[in-house]
Amino acid sequence: MTISIDPQKTNNESLQPKGWLRYFSFSLDHKVIGIQYLVCGFLFYLIGGTLASAIRIELASPMSDFMPRDVYNQVLTLHGTIMIFLWIVPVVNGAFGNYLIPFYVGARDMAFPRLNAVAFWLIPPSGLMLVASYFVEGAAQAGWTAYPPLSITTPQSGQIIWILSVLLLGGSSIFGGINFIATIIKLRRPGLKLMQLPMYCWAMLGTSLLVVLSTPVLAGTLILLSFDIIANTGFFNPVLGGNVVVYQHLFWFYSHPAVYIMVLPAFGLVSEILPVHARKPLFGYTTMVFSVMGIVVLGLVVWAHHMFTSGTPPWMRLFFTIATAFIAVPTGIKFFNWVATLWGGKISINSAMLFSCGFIINFVFGGITGVALAQVPFDIHVHDTYFVVAHFHYIVYGGTVFIIFSSIYHWFPKVTGKMLNEKLGILHFIITFIGFNLCFAPQHWLGLNGMPRRVAEYDPQFQFVNQISSLGALLMAISTIPFLINVFLSLRNGKDAGDNPWNALTPEWLTSSPPPVENWEGEAPLVEEPYGYGKEISEPK
Amino acid sequence: MLNKNIYLILIISLVFAISFWIGFNVNLLPAEASINAPIYDELFKILFIIGLIIFIGMTIAVIYSLFKFRKRNDQIGDGIALEGNLSLEIVWTIIPSIIVLLIGLYSYNIYDRMGGMKELNHNHEMMSSNTEKIWAGISQTSGNEIAINNLSIEVSAMQFAFLFNYPKGNFISGELHVPVNQKVSMKMESKDVIHAFWVPEFRIKQDIIPGQPTILNFTPTKVGKYPIICAELCGPYHGGMRASIIVEEESDYNEWFNKNKKPEVNL
Repeated sequence: MTISIDPQKTNNESLQPKGWLRYFSFSLDHKVIGIQYLVCGFLFYLIGGTLASAIRIELASPMSDFMPRDVYNQVLTLHGTIMIFLWIVPVVNGAFGNYLIPFYVGARDMAFPRLNAVAFWLIPPSGLMLVASYFVEGAAQAGWTAYPPLSITTPQSGQIIWILSVLLLGGSSIFGGINFIATIIKLRRPGLKLMQLPMYCWAMLGTSLLVVLSTPVLAGTLILLSFDIIANTGFFNPVLGGNVVVYQHLFWFYSHPAVYIMVLPAFGLVSEILPVHARKPLFGYTTMVFSVMGIVVLGLVVWAHHMFTSGTPPWMRLFFTIATAFIAVPTGIKFFNWVATLWGGKISINSAMLFSCGFIINFVFGGITGVALAQVPFDIHVHDTYFVVAHFHYIVYGGTVFIIFSSIYHWFPKVTGKMLNEKLGILHFIITFIGFNLCFAPQHWLGLNGMPRRVAEYDPQFQFVNQISSLGALLMAISTIPFLINVFLSLRNGKDAGDNPWNALTPEWLTSSPPPVENWEGEAPLVEEPYGYGKEISEPK
Repeated sequence: MLNKNIYLILIISLVFAISFWIGFNVNLLPAEASINAPIYDELFKILFIIGLIIFIGMTIAVIYSLFKFRKRNDQIGDGIALEGNLSLEIVWTIIPSIIVLLIGLYSYNIYDRMGGMKELNHNHEMMSSNTEKIWAGISQTSGNEIAINNLSIEVSAMQFAFLFNYPKGNFISGELHVPVNQKVSMKMESKDVIHAFWVPEFRIKQDIIPGQPTILNFTPTKVGKYPIICAELCGPYHGGMRASIIVEEESDYNEWFNKNKKPEVNL
């Protein structure tokens, strides 16, 4: 029997460039697109990281002395926007989603390969446009949240380019989301049931639902904001009778689910990595599936917890407190299940495993401060302070970015056929983990004691703690060096990985490494138990 | 098996003991200078202790697993094929749900004690008309209602300063002076972009919004000078947008007030 669904067949293969060149082409191969997303995202991560370093240099002293104040605001705006829209969202969704989902469902490509390529190729131009807006009249300087009236009154060209760029990136994200939903629902290999899919498929299904439901709201909001800026309309402009709080509702209707768009795929990836290196089945598969869907539903009704000081009526504050705090329940289930997956395993302590465990520890910490922040009376003191900055970096860096690195160590042999160097990998983990915690843990104290976020100058009593934080940032910057050396050395002379170096059972490992263009030489295998470790099917051959 | 359980109980009690010790002995908060502050700090302490128990417990579980269940060189094969445990999963769904619910109810109680659930006075003397919409800030009631004669102040925020208008004295000050132990009621409005009024020692914050006045009530309890900090990005000099609140004895306050007071102009 052959697989009837085969969109790749329509693609004239002889016209596609081979070798390195294909990564610079309008390739329709999901594996090439996945790597395009990853490398493009990583380049923007380096830019966003450079901006972060500039922020930490400025904050090493209490005076505004490293860069002009308006440039500082541009730097923090670009840092946030790049890290969210050009690094984390495209990489955990686009890169790993494109590479893995067709393997997991047993397809030869995504449902809409051309849409897929379009979604990727929207990213480099909008990212470059965003960075280049600095050289026009200065980049946007109203923060990544672009709250009016500030975003209406700051220099217009930067803000308009920012809006345009975020609209394109949002479009790319929606295209990707539609594609993932269609692929997971419709392209499953015959005989493969939904409840047999690897966890990452469920995570991507939930994430894509959030993308498709909430991103259009952001797009609409930003279009209205751009009218306010260029056409003098008054949707959000109080001078013309507009309402600035309405913008915040619309913005956070997308931007809180955006947090789950950044962490749910990471939850999926870690669910793939832990069972392989712990040699145990994923604990509580069914509850994991339900908790993903629980997070999706709850994630849509918690947005106003970003607005507890915006003049929100008391009943609304209470509703959003309870709803937000309850997200801790499905999230907590996942963390208990991961620890239970480790329990009683035969754990290989390698870079992928260490980054995953670092993720668990960091994210639990960020989750706890998150539950605290959900409480209105607690939030009223620390809202818009460094406490919040510390909290969300624990979630998106300590959480998602750790998982991105873990995934790179785990799937590098799949993509290249070469192993990464373990010694350099462990060194990378140690520097990242120490640097990250040194950078962000002290910021909780800063926020509690009176340092607001997004400031270029601060009370001199906070200098020492800020310098510790900057030292941590320096370590984080240094930590990319062993990683980059590792990647380049391993690409050139890495140890041969063989097809399945980890003895994994998920379908992407049941083909050669790197995989052939059509993913499998023959028919796609039917994997009914992707986590069947400790059972007969996983005995060493 | 019995031995194992004893160790487990020992470790759990140790985690609790350490968390409580840290929770009661490590102070992460600035001075308490308003009625709100001790209430806030009570909530903080509870959340801090619960958070520590969970965090230390999870960290120990992860690190212990990495050591105890690491693959030894002579080992081959897999771990046990354990795919789940329904009763265990029910336990760790229900216990967190109860904890979260209790925290929610408790913080509701805290919020109520801070005055957050109290209807704000809609006949506020400074309201320009009855149709004007006032947005809730945090209100405040002190145990003894000396607050009948609230001190009312109008706050206007602009890039990059706060101005405090004392309607009764008919003057505007760049520094906020208030008498200790008296309820202060502020009506705040922004002239340009969104700002926020934050006094860390009071544990209160309220955005100051253009086009929509907000109200913030508080009662200072400690004489001293505290920073007023803008906590909403408002432009290049956002970091420098600060003022001071000076809490003084009533006599000192009256002296300051009378020195600045301007005679009423009758038109």
